[in-house]
Amino acid sequence: MNARRLFALAYKETLQIWRDPRSLAIALLMPLMQMAMLGYGVSLDIKHVPLCVYDQENSQQSRALVDRFVSSGWFSISRTLGRQAAIRDAMDRGECIAALVIPVDFSRQLATTGSASVQAIFDATDVNTTNIALGYAEGAVAQANAQIAAQWAAAHGIKPSLVGQVDLRPSTWFNETLDSRNFIIPGVVAVILALVGAQLTSLTISREWERGTMEQLISTPVTALEVMLGKLIPYFVIGLVDAGFCLVSAVYWFGVPFRGGIGTLFTTTALFIIVVLGIGYLISVRIRSQLGASQIALLVTMLPTTLLSGYTFPIDQMPAPIQALTLVVYPRYYVTILRAIFLKGSGLTDLWVPLLGLTVYAVAIIWLAARAFRKRLD
Amino acid sequence: MNEGTPAIIAEGLTKRFQSFTAVDRLDLRIDRGEIIGFIGPNGAGKSTTIRMLCGLLRPSAGRASVAGFDVEHEPESVREHIGYMSQKFSLYGDLTVRENLRFFGGIYRVPRQQFAERMRFAVAMAGLQGREDALVRTLAGGWKQRLALGCAILHRPPILFLDEPTSGVEPEARRRFWDLIHDLAAEGVTILVSTHYMDEAEYCNRIALIDRGRLVAMGTPGELRGHRLGGDLFEIACAPLGAAVQLLSGTPGVVEAAIFGDKLHVVLGAGGTSAADLPRLLTAHGIEARLPRPISPNLEDVFVQLVSGKQEERAAP
Repeated sequence: MNARRLFALAYKETLQIWRDPRSLAIALLMPLMQMAMLGYGVSLDIKHVPLCVYDQENSQQSRALVDRFVSSGWFSISRTLGRQAAIRDAMDRGECIAALVIPVDFSRQLATTGSASVQAIFDATDVNTTNIALGYAEGAVAQANAQIAAQWAAAHGIKPSLVGQVDLRPSTWFNETLDSRNFIIPGVVAVILALVGAQLTSLTISREWERGTMEQLISTPVTALEVMLGKLIPYFVIGLVDAGFCLVSAVYWFGVPFRGGIGTLFTTTALFIIVVLGIGYLISVRIRSQLGASQIALLVTMLPTTLLSGYTFPIDQMPAPIQALTLVVYPRYYVTILRAIFLKGSGLTDLWVPLLGLTVYAVAIIWLAARAFRKRLD
Repeated sequence: MNEGTPAIIAEGLTKRFQSFTAVDRLDLRIDRGEIIGFIGPNGAGKSTTIRMLCGLLRPSAGRASVAGFDVEHEPESVREHIGYMSQKFSLYGDLTVRENLRFFGGIYRVPRQQFAERMRFAVAMAGLQGREDALVRTLAGGWKQRLALGCAILHRPPILFLDEPTSGVEPEARRRFWDLIHDLAAEGVTILVSTHYMDEAEYCNRIALIDRGRLVAMGTPGELRGHRLGGDLFEIACAPLGAAVQLLSGTPGVVEAAIFGDKLHVVLGAGGTSAADLPRLLTAHGIEARLPRPISPNLEDVFVQLVSGKQEERAAP
């Protein structure tokens, strides 16, 4: 390995990136666009579930119950209905996901027996949303119950505290506001770095084959290791710049709390960038057309990062064989690490397990990449 | 490299791609300071041979050494001692003249104190003074080729492989290119250059005629012209040419009849049909013909003769 040759290669590659609109766009515009799209577009929180109300009684109490649903911000009334059959029509037209039916004797039942029934109907085509909406509905009713019980107890001269009940006081740590954005944005950063990093290096060797410059290059005494490092160094710098951009906008634009150390973030990010650049390079060595290489790079980065990294779909909810499969999916380690650094403020020692996974990956990829490039035409 | 060792040696060098044999048991022995022309039609195996000698392709059989190093087992040592210009233009079009030279200077580790001087030389050689900051893709063919040569010799390699360096370059630029090659050879550089322009063969010290992977003949242009034809060469204007070739090929005493441009080249052996008989013979078969004119053979005649001779040899059981 020779420093002069390495510098010549890295400098040449930098000039080529600078003069290639396609590479520049991938390096600088793609992170910007993806950060905006994924950052704003992906949210698992469900707010303002459209609700149709068929209030048969329309009393003060029934309206108070409806208010419970609305004032939480969980539901928004999309329509007020006058008959039962209209619920089906409204759901068919997608005007509501949930419908609340309050019977005509609601307040009378409450006054005489101390309990009453209301009906909630859900459009369960989207199971996830329905489950969440169901939870919200139960929450709204529970709040109403507490108030009714208190009023009922007061009216009958019983101290409310004497009514036996277990009181759960939940405390949510690390993501206190239960904002799914805080959970997703660190994953978005990992997705973007994987996509951009592998895309960039997937073009670097195939470009030389396509333009015919490779034959000249391999006729020189340059070594395979020099070619690899000379090509990866400029992209490593670009990767760090992109990572900096994504992480800064995660904190200052999307308001994700950052509680960890910059040093930990830098170390782990650098390691992840090495892995993705190495994967792109490996593809580029194997596939001699730029288009083919970039397609494959997209495939091997997009699928595992979005589906199996735990970025949106929790790994511990997957079937056991798929969970085992995620062990070889490198982004899962970085997603885990980023979330821990951002939300928990974890240090390198806390993160040794995913860090080890990532390190093993980086070493293996670089080892394979260094051996893959052959200075032969056959 | 010792003084005595030949610059390039090939013994039984063979390259097969699946069932196709691109280079077939090639033997070469090239001394230092020689300009060797690889002449042959497209697909004859010239590029494949050069690529094997540069260590870019692995020989299927046989062996070769360049600058005293085995091309299969010591390719890196070979590469330290050679300059190579591939058939396809292969400098970086998105880099400027200066940046390309800097890049190859760095790759070949040209000593820094000599680099400025060598770059000046290369720029002057390519005739690109004042255009050092032009992007290479904006240059015309001749300049590109000379710059590629400049990049290939930045590190002063003792052996230079040039694969069809003048294809697609206009004649004036081709002549200038050959002047550069002669200057380099005068400094002791061994140059192996392939071409399919027969006229360029005359510029070489020795010529290797290659056809279908085989070395058909090797010698100086004079040697090849001299005693290879097996008779005297005549040029005769006649029409239609095809019918004339057909007729003469079967005539006793005619060693060879081939179309050259709008005329016929005929080699006549001793005894048999004489040159004076030709017009009569042709007109008797309804072919218009003028008087034949004795000419001295060029290399193309020799090549045609050698290749057709080979074919008959192969066809014979």
